[in-house]
Amino acid sequence: MKNAAKQEVMGLNGDEAVAYAAKQSDVDVVAAYPITPQTIIVEKFSEYVANGEVNTEFMCTESEHSAMTACLAAAATGARTFTASASAGLALMHEMLFVTSGCRAPVVMAVANRALSAPLNIHGDHSDTMAQRDSGWIQIYAENAQEVYDSVFQAFRIAEHLDVQLPVMVGLDGFTLSHTLENVKVLEDEAVKGFVGTRQLPNVMTHEGRTVPYRLDPENPMTMGPVALPNYYFEFKRQQEEAMKNALKVISQVHDEYGQLSGRHYGNGLVEKYRLDDAEIVIACVGSTAGTVKTVIEDLRAEGVKAGLLRIRTFRPFPAEEIAKALGKAKAAAVMDKSMSFGGNGGAVFHETRHALYDSQNHPYLVNYIYGLGGRDISPSQIRKVYEDMQKIAQTGKVEEKIRYIGLRE
Amino acid sequence: MSSKEKGWKELSLAGVCWKSSKTYLTGDWKTYQPVRDLEKCTKCLLCTIFCPDGAIHWKPEKGDIEFDMSFCKGCGICANECPTKAITMKI
Repeated sequence: MKNAAKQEVMGLNGDEAVAYAAKQSDVDVVAAYPITPQTIIVEKFSEYVANGEVNTEFMCTESEHSAMTACLAAAATGARTFTASASAGLALMHEMLFVTSGCRAPVVMAVANRALSAPLNIHGDHSDTMAQRDSGWIQIYAENAQEVYDSVFQAFRIAEHLDVQLPVMVGLDGFTLSHTLENVKVLEDEAVKGFVGTRQLPNVMTHEGRTVPYRLDPENPMTMGPVALPNYYFEFKRQQEEAMKNALKVISQVHDEYGQLSGRHYGNGLVEKYRLDDAEIVIACVGSTAGTVKTVIEDLRAEGVKAGLLRIRTFRPFPAEEIAKALGKAKAAAVMDKSMSFGGNGGAVFHETRHALYDSQNHPYLVNYIYGLGGRDISPSQIRKVYEDMQKIAQTGKVEEKIRYIGLRE
Repeated sequence: MSSKEKGWKELSLAGVCWKSSKTYLTGDWKTYQPVRDLEKCTKCLLCTIFCPDGAIHWKPEKGDIEFDMSFCKGCGICANECPTKAITMKI
């Protein structure tokens, strides 16, 4: 914490931490529709609006599809724009998520991760955001309320960076983070202001041949989101892929800069390695479960077991090289997925981790554990069992079941 | 694709239109095109009004209309609306 900016501790749950961070980020427009477990974010933010604590245009829309449409339109005028959603709400935004990333609108959205129906379930898993992994949005998953708070500021900086210009989702596990009160260290408004700054705009050439900032402006009319037939569409998709590649660098840079301000670091912003350097058996996971894994690692280390964790903080863009390097020395690794990819031979995190390792000379035995669907708890003893399984695989070299389920009744 | 068209590194961000729509010839994918029977045409100009693409122009110097085939999409509305059936759509 040496040289870090002055901070105070507030009791905030994950949703409140998001709302407080959005308030400090000097957001111009919020358009949202409430859905559990995200509701507190928008409720809290509407209080700030009602109390005159923010200078934000707050729009209550009739659906999430409209909310994202309004956010896109607001961002197109150059406004800093924020929203929040979850589960079915995020699913209803699906079409507009692609339009937003395709228009390169740097909207920031918090997603309180929740299961998708049916059966109806309001509790936490990653089905909602994992289903949107190809929507062209950057995805960052937080481990605790503190990281949720910190990630919102970083998200604005990443989204609005001139080499990126892509929307960002910040995932916080429904209820586990969204509704659980934690001590959160908050920065002073001025410190945040200095960090997030004002929104930058790239220059584009208009149909009139003028080079102007990329925003809807009556003085400099331009057509955004036009039709692009087979002779042009492909090129714009390739541009988005380049922006994702650039984001890998930008996420780390922004993370480090914020780390200097706040004194808090989450690995390198892309992945966080916990007791990984000499680890023989490793768990790779996303989100709040990492906290439980760290506790179990401490117990195992005390017993002399070389256990480690690789937390994937940024899922899009997927830091494939970092992951391949980080897992290269392990003997056996368990990749944990809090969502299903039905018929996909494992979950999304497993697919991509395995893909990242394909070209590596050395890679561990890799097993997929699906867990926690519909908010089912994951306990330290279950995580210990995963490490025991990894130990057995490391010793015998035999992987019997490649895809396994934790806490599922047979 | 023609090598004259810009690649992804040169193209504007997110497809912002960098040229006037007048230079984007939208009539190049038509199947049918209008053919006029000059004996039947009374030059009432209804076709110029109905054309959704503004691709039929009144030319005062010629005292006649002109189809702009660069923008005509071949929809056939002109043929449908022509009161004397002077326009037919042909491949």
